[in-house]
Amino acid sequence: MKKLESTWYNMVIVLTLIAVCAGAALAYVNHLTEGPIKEIAEANEAAAIKAVLCTDDVVITDTITIGEGKDAATVYLTDKGAAVKTSDPGNKSFGGGLSIMVGLDCEFHVLGYSVLTSNETPGLGAKAGEWFQKDGKGNIIGKTAGKLTVSKDGGEVDAITASTITSRAFLAAVNNAYVAFSAAQGKEVDAHCASSSTKHNNRKEENHE
Amino acid sequence: MNSLKVLWNGIIKENPTFVLLLGMCPTLGTTSSALNGMSMGLATMAVLIFSNLIISLIKNLIPDMVRIPSFIVVIASLVTILQMLIKAFAPEIDKSLGLFIPLIVVNCIILGRAEAFAAKNGPVSSVMDGIGMGLGFTLALTLLGATRELLGTGKIFSFAMFPESYGALVFVLAPGAFICLGYLIAIINRIKG
Repeated sequence: MKKLESTWYNMVIVLTLIAVCAGAALAYVNHLTEGPIKEIAEANEAAAIKAVLCTDDVVITDTITIGEGKDAATVYLTDKGAAVKTSDPGNKSFGGGLSIMVGLDCEFHVLGYSVLTSNETPGLGAKAGEWFQKDGKGNIIGKTAGKLTVSKDGGEVDAITASTITSRAFLAAVNNAYVAFSAAQGKEVDAHCASSSTKHNNRKEENHE
Repeated sequence: MNSLKVLWNGIIKENPTFVLLLGMCPTLGTTSSALNGMSMGLATMAVLIFSNLIISLIKNLIPDMVRIPSFIVVIASLVTILQMLIKAFAPEIDKSLGLFIPLIVVNCIILGRAEAFAAKNGPVSSVMDGIGMGLGFTLALTLLGATRELLGTGKIFSFAMFPESYGALVFVLAPGAFICLGYLIAIINRIKG
């Protein structure tokens, strides 16, 4: 077959045809993958909630969204405290788009955290996933969220070596989780934690059940 | 042209990374570890094979004056399809490479091979060219990734070779990529004589 001439008609028809075929193929694949992608995102989130609250048996009693747009934080109120999905306010992390899940108990102690999305430098800022865990060098587990800062800024948390910007953004996100959780408690009148000073005992009992 | 010769051509004689120096952005960006480099190479290879195949099949339908936009639409669709498939079925790869997958669209190796090879040859040798170039790219990226991972963290494919504290951080970062690439090209040119 001879090559088509570059006439106006040929060009318009060919480009349109190619675009239509490409569109159809994309629509079909999108249809195929939409379900699995959503499932993975949901499974990741559910796993993160369990992980940050350090338990396999969580009942989510309410989900509250605080704030709007990019800075929105989602608070999952549970029987064991709250898991807060949040980003760092102002998007100041090194690679941008940092989002984490933080587990807080009713006195705003950090129970655990998990990095959901991050574009930090591999080998540097990307260490945030382990660095701030219990056996990491900048352990924040058990500390009170709200005013956490790196030692360079006069705080008590060791920043990741050579990644102070990531560390600051990460701690800002953790602090934001505290802000969102307390705002959610304000909204939710009978939030589980509002008055329970005996919650540690409660927690144990619930586990036995 | 003999198919095997085309294949060999892509891996050694015209290796896209070490000889043609094409596609430097993903080469430098994704090779912070051997596994990342290899996954990026394989993803690019998949796109390259299919784009070469499709373009060699429809080359006579495309008027010369609109060939570049047509190629780009084909390539971009293939990359988007690949990205959706990776997101759905290989979330681990998506985690480490997610950012770089859309960049395959503007990888000049793919448009370059479409223009230089697939638009002039039949489907069989175009697919062979895609496999050859893809393998060449994958091997180069894996080699570069392994070198950087070893020098930077003391591991290859996450297996520890020596303690991480002896690693030089610079090799994991972009400057280390340039240094490693330069030395690898020098070594390969020396071996090739």
